[in-house]
Amino acid sequence: MTYHRPEFRHPDLPTNDLGYTKKQYEGAISTLCAGCGHDSISAGIIQACFELSIEPHKVAKVSGIGCSSKTPTYFLGSSHGFNSVHGRMPSVATGANLANRELTYIGVSGDGDTASIGMGQFAHVVRRNLNMLYLVENNGCYGLTKGQDSATADVGSMGKKGTPNPFEPIDLCTLALELGATFVARSFSGDKEQLVPLIKAALSHSGFALIDVISPCVTFNNTTTSTKSYEFVREHIEATGKTDFIPVRQEITADYDPGFTQEVTLHDGSVIHLYKEDENLDVHNRLSAIQAIHERKAKGEILTGLLYLDPDCQDLHEIIGSVEKPLRDLDETALCPGNRSLEAINDSLR
Amino acid sequence: MSTQQVKGQQIESVNDFVIRFANVNGTGSASANNLFAKAIFRMGLPVSPKNVFPSNIQGLPTWYEVRVNDKGYVGRRGGVDIMVAVNPQSLAQDIKAVDSGGYFVYDSTKPLDLRLHRNDISIFGIPLTDICRREYTDARQRQLFKNVIYIGALAAMLDLEFDVLKNLIHDQFKGKEKLIAPNIHALELGYQYAEENFSCPLGIRVERRDMVDGHIMMEGNAALGLGAVYGGASVVAWYPITPSTSVIEQFEKYAKRLRIDPGSGKRNYAIAQAEDELSAIGMVVGASWNGARSFTATSGPGVSLMSEFLGLAYFAEVPTVLFNVQRSGPSTGMPTRSQQSDLLLSAYASHGDTKQVLMFPSTPKECFDMGADSFDLADRLQTPVILMSDLDLGMNEHFSEPLEWDDSKLYDRGKVFSETELDEMSDRYGRYLDIDGDGICYRTYPGTHPTKGAFFTRGSSRDRYAKYTESSDEYVDNMQRLLVKWETAKNYVPQPEFRPAKQSTRDGMIYFGTTTASAEEALDILSAKGLHMDAMRVRGFPFNADVEAFIEDHDRVFVVEQNRDGQLRTMLINECEINPSKLKSLLCYDGLPVTARWIVEAITGSGTTDNVVPLSKEVKV
Repeated sequence: MTYHRPEFRHPDLPTNDLGYTKKQYEGAISTLCAGCGHDSISAGIIQACFELSIEPHKVAKVSGIGCSSKTPTYFLGSSHGFNSVHGRMPSVATGANLANRELTYIGVSGDGDTASIGMGQFAHVVRRNLNMLYLVENNGCYGLTKGQDSATADVGSMGKKGTPNPFEPIDLCTLALELGATFVARSFSGDKEQLVPLIKAALSHSGFALIDVISPCVTFNNTTTSTKSYEFVREHIEATGKTDFIPVRQEITADYDPGFTQEVTLHDGSVIHLYKEDENLDVHNRLSAIQAIHERKAKGEILTGLLYLDPDCQDLHEIIGSVEKPLRDLDETALCPGNRSLEAINDSLR
Repeated sequence: MSTQQVKGQQIESVNDFVIRFANVNGTGSASANNLFAKAIFRMGLPVSPKNVFPSNIQGLPTWYEVRVNDKGYVGRRGGVDIMVAVNPQSLAQDIKAVDSGGYFVYDSTKPLDLRLHRNDISIFGIPLTDICRREYTDARQRQLFKNVIYIGALAAMLDLEFDVLKNLIHDQFKGKEKLIAPNIHALELGYQYAEENFSCPLGIRVERRDMVDGHIMMEGNAALGLGAVYGGASVVAWYPITPSTSVIEQFEKYAKRLRIDPGSGKRNYAIAQAEDELSAIGMVVGASWNGARSFTATSGPGVSLMSEFLGLAYFAEVPTVLFNVQRSGPSTGMPTRSQQSDLLLSAYASHGDTKQVLMFPSTPKECFDMGADSFDLADRLQTPVILMSDLDLGMNEHFSEPLEWDDSKLYDRGKVFSETELDEMSDRYGRYLDIDGDGICYRTYPGTHPTKGAFFTRGSSRDRYAKYTESSDEYVDNMQRLLVKWETAKNYVPQPEFRPAKQSTRDGMIYFGTTTASAEEALDILSAKGLHMDAMRVRGFPFNADVEAFIEDHDRVFVVEQNRDGQLRTMLINECEINPSKLKSLLCYDGLPVTARWIVEAITGSGTTDNVVPLSKEVKV
């Protein structure tokens, strides 16, 4: 673990459209174990926000409890953050988003925080299509309490505790698809090339965006017998294809690789180019996504990449018809009906 | 014999009586019975209806009690002068419940079981089912109009002004005019039957008075919902639970009318029906953290589930408004019965050293005022504020002063640094720096400033700059500051209300919430018997110095509560430097609102409570 980071940065660090360097997107020094997959994901979030030129203070970071939930401290130091209670990040995110729809919401959770204690809240935040990035740092075990199996551990997978997991795993992506999620992707903390465009696409999606990121726990679950180890994941990963994310402002200059391409235009005008390895996967088709995940799983493979996207969905604010202006910015004029209305109400109660 | 009128020993009264209706739930009886109560109100009299209903949709016994009193007592008195028994399931217990000399009205289509007959009461049979069978063909109409018919009969028996009833029917069915004539016809059927068969009016009757003086009839839950609209709540999260559900329904009803953006037609509010109470309070915490005014409403089981978040909001110092409409516990208890039994749960909600700010309204007017004020209080103190209502206050219509709003009032958002203030700040911003020495620090809303004022909110220990720390000194420093804030809160919570005795006395009485009306009547009855007591109504927690001084100033203080364990007494002992043996508990927790008679009997020793040394015995010595 590093406990000191030099202040010095190269004077010619590249800047984004806001004139910020990546330094403006960094957070406090991580206190996680050296080599933890979560730190790569934090770096991915920094990279994605930098490249999208998001104003850091216009992001709200929320999390629950666990190693993964600690990470919002380690990126976007100029953003407000809320490390809430175990498994309850979705409700905090929902309230926060209802209060101010103009911020960008990044929720970071873990497999224990989402698939066990927070399963109820996860299911319902998906159903509500809250406009947020919900990123699960999935390592198949409980790190902070020293390596117990989590609900995403595969049957037979064995971490440092030395007992094979006997229970069926929960697949958060297929579950989210069943629950009506409008953006579902899976990635691997060791594959930054895939992860960063996915985060950018998720942040640009106006609705609920789940990225389930397999993120090995180097301390408790990186054994040769674990299916969430670096080695196992690298050997069994199968990408849906290469993903390019083109923000709305940017001219499309990407080099088209041969293969199956699918172009998806997001609500804000950004475009995702998907160079598919698998011609059967249609990212607009929920059933196709569920089927593709199951088929790969049957072969012992982990399907990663963008799995499903509905760019024309309505988010929670649109569903409930709340005003465009952030509710938290409304003042007495908009909120308080005044004494005259009250007199009429009194009359109706006589 | 379906009818007997007992002469000589009848209860005689003008404008002071208790009538109870015994019905089957789901038959539309509550709205007919409400018609009766509203008619009394429109005749210029204080009235207090109480709906005693089962946790069921259809078929179980339900009662509706109306207190009429022209001295202004609107609590439950105790006893029953007139019983209207329309439910064969409960008939046996209903006839027993009538006070001697009282009146019993029943559906005489089926003759009264002779074993139930009583000689000390007047009995009036009205063949309600027969009349309905004759008049109506539709089964639902037969059921609904049965209720309206007995209201018509009571109009004759108690001298209600028939025009008042007719006007109420017109008001009630505005927009459904087709229903007006048949309802009035049903009233007339009952009226005529009573006129023709009984000697009307009875010994108990109603006379018009002018005592209403602008008052309204309102449910506490509606007042709370409306108070939240006026208080500026814009994010509402909730999970349905009796008896709090109508707080949100009423908020929504009023918001749909009063909170629509004129330009876009969109809503200046958001309501989220959560998956459970954990989520509901989480949403409130998230919204409040992000600068909106937000609240949830729940009851005891919900508060149990919300406790973890309440601890987070206390420790992370997030304003959080919660309306707790209490019901009978423990566990599922009696979900449709009233109690004041969540005091300890709410006051010390969550693990660790946690204390929560409470407010205790006792009328709909106070529900409205405190409901609106709770947002100012939470913002000012940056901590949860729990408003303690109960089923009786929340779900029954109460005779209440009218609602008022001062249009010059601005919301107090507490200590929040704006972008400009952050810009002008030369010192480093510290979220938990106690700049003013009152324990309340300055917060910032997310998204305020590009480089200044951001901080991390967490339930784990942190230093004054919101940085995570496991330093013992920093932890203790923070916990001590929270105590400073607790002291500050004593000046901001609603102050107690005092009701001095007519004569100097060393005895006192403490009560709060829905005990108030009955307690005030009891105090007057006791005073007439020569037992004088100063009284204090507690309206907020933490208790301030006045609360402690009241106990200090009296030798013996009765604490009247609607729970088994004397929870307010426990809190007084816990929080005040007082002699606990001074505090005598009077505890009524059967699920029905406490009555004035019960309090009087408990104190004078003719009652059966084990919790108090009867005063009359001590007085004799």
